[in-house]
Amino acid sequence: MDSAVRFRNVCLRYGKVVALDGIDLEIRSGEFFGILGPSGSGKTSCLRLIAGFDRPSDGTIELHGRSAAAVPPYDRDVNTVFQDYALFPHMTIEQNVAFGLMVKGVNRRERRSRAGEMLEMVRLEGLGERRPSQLSGGQRQRVALARALVNRPSVLLLDEPLGALDLKLRQQMQVELRSLQRTLGITFIFVTHDQGEALSMSDRLAVFNRGRVEQTGTPREIYEQPSTRFSAEFVGDSNIVERRDPDTRSQEQGVFSLRPEKVHLSTREPVADAHSISVTGEVADVQFHGASVRYVVSVSDGRSMTAVAGNLGSRAELPAVEPGARVWLSWNSDDLHRLRESESR
Amino acid sequence: MRSDASDRKAPRALTAAAVAGLLFLHLPLALILLYAFSTEDASYEFPPPGLTLRWFAVAWGRQDIWDAIGLSLRVAASSTLIAMLLGSLAAAAMSRTRFFGREAISLLIILPIALPGILTGISLRSAFNLGGIPFSSWTIMLGHATFCVVMVYNNVVARFRRMPSSWIEASMDLGADGFQTFRHVVLPNIATALLVGGMLAFALSFDEVIVTTFTAGQQSTLPIWMLTELVRPRQRPVTNVVAVFVIVVTFAPLVVAQLLARRAEGSNEGGIR
Repeated sequence: MDSAVRFRNVCLRYGKVVALDGIDLEIRSGEFFGILGPSGSGKTSCLRLIAGFDRPSDGTIELHGRSAAAVPPYDRDVNTVFQDYALFPHMTIEQNVAFGLMVKGVNRRERRSRAGEMLEMVRLEGLGERRPSQLSGGQRQRVALARALVNRPSVLLLDEPLGALDLKLRQQMQVELRSLQRTLGITFIFVTHDQGEALSMSDRLAVFNRGRVEQTGTPREIYEQPSTRFSAEFVGDSNIVERRDPDTRSQEQGVFSLRPEKVHLSTREPVADAHSISVTGEVADVQFHGASVRYVVSVSDGRSMTAVAGNLGSRAELPAVEPGARVWLSWNSDDLHRLRESESR
Repeated sequence: MRSDASDRKAPRALTAAAVAGLLFLHLPLALILLYAFSTEDASYEFPPPGLTLRWFAVAWGRQDIWDAIGLSLRVAASSTLIAMLLGSLAAAAMSRTRFFGREAISLLIILPIALPGILTGISLRSAFNLGGIPFSSWTIMLGHATFCVVMVYNNVVARFRRMPSSWIEASMDLGADGFQTFRHVVLPNIATALLVGGMLAFALSFDEVIVTTFTAGQQSTLPIWMLTELVRPRQRPVTNVVAVFVIVVTFAPLVVAQLLARRAEGSNEGGIR
């Protein structure tokens, strides 16, 4: 598969502020690529570089194998869905959607029909004569999507596209965006700070932290084999287990990530076996989440660990414990995932 | 309903004070109107001894009036044009970029309107003298442009501040180059601010006296003509006729502006934020 976007050692500095610090990234043609990170991690800067609104201070960006350095935004085969949608308030919805065609000199008849098609695709047919201010947030979002897709770009950039929507609408749009991307077959690159969204929507994703890429991979790889402490803690919940016993063999020493659902909680001391490790502690908190229950347990030396048990109904009983109860936590040593020691910055 | 604010009656004293204030502002205008028809041409006595229309004919036939009006319109139009061009460019630069000395430059742009006109006048006069530039309608126009720019700049910069930068980026992203973005996105959004700023600039230039006095050669604009005419006791009501003409001409853009504002409000109710 050829690459749609490639970053080679890209840096972006505003004065003394370093927004991106040596980014190497390859986004393949036709994939749904997520850029995940906390605010200020450089994910939006990355999108702006691809769109051409900013120029890298260092390094190169290639679009479909060709350097994008000298290509202004209006000549790039890339369109953007902005976080604030950026709809033009002085134009109707149809004029907004047809804007990209108008500036390219497409005649009025074709503009109308293609804008109509786009509005139909995002299920807003019949609203073409309205103004952006007369639409709801969810509808505006669809207009922004239709407007960005009307030029049939090879890459679509989405900057926190679902951030302003409420939960139900967001879940619905996640499904719609996925199926839209599959139908159109173009590359979607979307930025989000919501790890759940990133995991459920992306084919592959990159975890950003402080202007660097912590890890790239499929959602499953990132969840099951986080490579750094940051990705382990930012993507999903993680117990960080440090083993520094001088007695153990050196390959078993280090910092490990352990997902809470891999931790088994019991009220009786488990039978020791070669592959399992167990500790004892006192329940500090029990949180009922409906589909699962989360137990926070204080273990030795003041640290706490989290265990999650699925609410499987008749298939398995949930441990009924109260805060203060003495419990045992056990896990299989294969579920420990070794983390790369973070470089200090 | 009694609680409705618009139904409540104001105290009588307040009403009287408001009426008195309005009369004080507008009675002199009525007097000017009245004396345009007076038969007495050397002094303003009240009540006028008689009424006549002959001053309108006299004014119509005087070339110096036509020259003054023509010059004033030309100066106002060209300084407004300069102001709209430079003012909106400066506003765009100030609102879209951050650079060293930005605040200082913003202050320097606004300064001509804050400084007493007499300072602007004197400094321009000595600058023109030093540069060996002869005084002409062009020097008047340049003098006026200094403060006209401020009117346009202030209006447009406020509009730019409310305009998210993502609109321009969205336009470029969708394939519009700089010119297309200006024409289809920026201009429609600053148009009313540009119009309001331009009208203010025009009005300011049209009745300017002080800077004009310092930057004019032999020509006189309409306000200067009126000033000199008042000093001379000759055909006084002619000045009033010209004043009436100015009042009528001023009303036209006022009415247009009101209509435009009402239309904008109407579509606001329709949903434009």
